[in-house]
Amino acid sequence: MKRILVGIKRVVDYNVRIRIKPDGSGVVTEGVKMSVNPFDEIALEEALRIKERGAAEEVIVATVGPADCQPQLRTCLAMGADRALHVQTDTPLEPLATARVLRALTEREQPFLVLLGKQAIDDDNGQTGQMLAALWERPQATFASKVELSEGKARVTREIDAGLETIEVDLPAVVTVDLRLNEPRYVKLPDIMKAKKKPLETLTLEALGVTPRAQLKTPRYAPPAQRHKGVRVKDAAELVAALKQKGLL
Amino acid sequence: MSPNILIVAEHNGRTLSVATAKCVACAATIPDAHITVVVCAANAAAVAAQAAAVSGVHRVVTVEHPIHEHPLAAAIAPQIAALAGPYSHVLGPSSTFGKDLMPRIAALLETVQVSDIMAVESATRFRRPIYAGNAVITVEVLDGAKVVGTVRTASFQAAGTGAQAPIEAASPVAPPTHTRFVSVSAAKSDRPDLQTAGKVVSGGRALGSAESFQMLYRFADKLHAAVGASRAAVDAGYAPNELQVGQTGKIIAPELYIAIGISGAIQHLTGIKDARTIVAINKDPEAPIFEVADIGLVGDLFEIVPQLEQLIG
Ligand SMILES: Cc1cc2nc3c(=O)[nH]c(=O)nc-3n(C[C@H](O)[C@H](O)[C@H](O)COP(=O)(O)OP(=O)(O)OC[C@H]3O[C@@H](n4cnc5c(N)ncnc54)[C@H](O)[C@@H]3O)c2cc1C
Ligand SMILES: Cc1cc2nc3c(=O)[nH]c(=O)nc-3n(C[C@H](O)[C@H](O)[C@H](O)COP(=O)(O)OP(=O)(O)OC[C@H]3O[C@@H](n4cnc5c(N)ncnc54)[C@H](O)[C@@H]3O)c2cc1C
Repeated sequence: MKRILVGIKRVVDYNVRIRIKPDGSGVVTEGVKMSVNPFDEIALEEALRIKERGAAEEVIVATVGPADCQPQLRTCLAMGADRALHVQTDTPLEPLATARVLRALTEREQPFLVLLGKQAIDDDNGQTGQMLAALWERPQATFASKVELSEGKARVTREIDAGLETIEVDLPAVVTVDLRLNEPRYVKLPDIMKAKKKPLETLTLEALGVTPRAQLKTPRYAPPAQRHKGVRVKDAAELVAALKQKGLL
Repeated sequence: MSPNILIVAEHNGRTLSVATAKCVACAATIPDAHITVVVCAANAAAVAAQAAAVSGVHRVVTVEHPIHEHPLAAAIAPQIAALAGPYSHVLGPSSTFGKDLMPRIAALLETVQVSDIMAVESATRFRRPIYAGNAVITVEVLDGAKVVGTVRTASFQAAGTGAQAPIEAASPVAPPTHTRFVSVSAAKSDRPDLQTAGKVVSGGRALGSAESFQMLYRFADKLHAAVGASRAAVDAGYAPNELQVGQTGKIIAPELYIAIGISGAIQHLTGIKDARTIVAINKDPEAPIFEVADIGLVGDLFEIVPQLEQLIG
C-alpha cells in the first residue's frame, strides 16, 4: 500500500502569549490552549491532497508524547487522516530521540513519503526531519513550498535565503514543509464525529526499541531582553528630525 | 581537552558568506578554542583563501567534489561526519543552509544539536531562543557529547580579517546519488542584502498590492536600505518569499528597521528584536508594533511615505 506518514506535534497554540514560570523552570503550559503545530497541519494537508489526487492510498499521522496528545491526533483524523499512531511517553524527548521513534515507524509502515513540519513553534529546533532522513539514509527536502511527485521521485521547491531552490529526490524521502505550501482545510463537525471511529493505536518506546538518552538539560528559562519604551512623533518631518538626531540619516 | 571547533563554511562558490565570519566570532567566545573552517566546493580555492583570512581561524580544510557545486545537505553531511572525529564542536550558521545541513550531521554523529545559539556561556552551555524568541533557555550538553550547533547570526558581529591560516585538502567521500540539484531562482538585485544591511524598510499587508510595494523600494533606495516584508505581504504576493522577516523568515539585526503597515505579530517581532532602532508607521495607535518601536508615527502610510521621500530628497 502506498502510504504517507505525517509527524504531528502538540504545541502551545500560536496565539498564546507564553509566560515563564517564576522560578525559571519552564514555560507555563497548564490551562493553556494546545494545538497541532501549524506546520504539521500543512504537512497533513499536503498528504491528504496527494491521496485525493490518487498518488497515495493511506495517510497515517503519528505523534510522540504524553497521553494528552490524543485530542490533536483526533483533529488530524477529522481533517482526513486514515489512522493515527500515538507513541506514548511522559519523558520529554530530544529531537534525535523523536527522529529515532519516527525511524522505527518508517520500518513498521514502509511509507514512500514522510511529511513533517520544518519546525515546531514551541522549541523551534527545526531538527527532527533532517535527523530522520539521516538515520533512514534517505533524501531530505526541507522548507518545501511545492511538492510534485512522479514515478519514484519527488521534485521539491524549497524556500531558501536566496530565493527558491528546486531539488529532485528519489523516494522514499523526508519532506519538511514551509508555510506557503498550502492552506490547511477546516475541520467540519460531521468529520469530528467520523474521526471518533477511526483507528488510533497506542505504542510504547520499548515496543519500538527506542531507549531515549538525554544529552541535553535545560537549567534555566528566562524572558527575553526587553526593549526600552520608545517615543511618538507627530508627523513625517518630526520623524526625519529624530532619525537625523540619532545619526541614522 | 581544549575545544576543537569545526565550522562548515557557507558560500556561493565564489564568496564566503558573512554568516561564516559570524560563526567564527561565536566559536571564538569559547575559551581556548582552536577553530578550523571546512569548505566543501567544486573549486574551493577562492573561498578557502577568504576563510583563511578571517581573524580567529587557525586552519582551513577544503573538500572538492563536483557535487558541491550546489550545497546539498545530503552530500555535505556525510563529508563533515567523516571529518568530525577529532572535533568537540561542529558549527554552522542558522541560515537556511545551516538549518538544512546541521541536523543531518548531528544525526550521523548520533549527537545533539543546539539550534540558534545566541550566546555562549561555556564550551557546553549555550543560550538559545524558543517560542519565537519569547523565552530564552540555557541548555547544557551532557556527558561530553559532541556539540553540533547552528549560530544565530544576528547575535554576533562578524569576525574581521587579517589571519593567514594554513589551507589543507581533505579527500572527498563518495556522495549519495539520491538527491539532485535542479535549479535556483534568486532575485537579482542591486539593493543591499536583507540579512546584512544596515538599514531595512519593511512592508506589511497594509501595502495592499505589489504596485504599492514599489513605493517601498523607491523609499528604500533613497535610504540605501534593503527591503523586507511581513508574512502577510509575502503570502499575498506583494513581495517575494526571500524578503520575509520573522520566526519563519529572516532574523535580522540592522541599525535601523522601519516597519510600515506591519501590525507587529510575535512571529514578526522575533525577526527584528536585535535591530538597534525600530521605527513603526501604522494607522492604528494600538498596534503591537508600537510596544517595541523606538520611534512611532501614527498615520496613513500612503501619505507618510511620499512625504518622507520628499523630506529625505
Ligand atoms: C529539555 C526538553 C524539554 C521538553 N519538554 C517537553 C514538554 O514539556 N512537552 C512536550 O511535549 N515535549 C517536550 N520536549 C520534547 C520536544 O519538544 C520535542 O518532541 C523534540 O525535542 C523535537 O523537537 P522540536 O519539537 O523542536 O521539533 P522540530 O525538530 O522543530 O520539529 C520538526 C517537525 O518534526 C515533527 N515532530 C517534532 N516533534 C514530534 C513529536 N513529538 N511527535 C511527532 N512528530 C514530531 C513535526 O512534524 C515537527 O513539525 C522536551 C524536550 C527537551 C529536550
Ligand atoms: C507558525 C507561524 C509562523 C509565522 N511566521 C511569520 C514570520 O516569519 N514573519 C511574519 O511577518 N509573520 C509570520 N507569521 C504571521 C503573523 O502571525 C502575522 O499574521 C503577520 O506578521 C501579519 O502581517 P502584517 O503585520 O503585514 O499584517 P496585519 O497583521 O494585517 O497588519 C497590518 C497593519 O497595517 C496597518 N495599516 C493598515 N492600513 C494602513 C495604512 N494605510 N497606513 C498605515 N498602517 C496601516 C494596520 O493597522 C495593521 O496594524 C507567522 C504565523 C504563524 C502561525
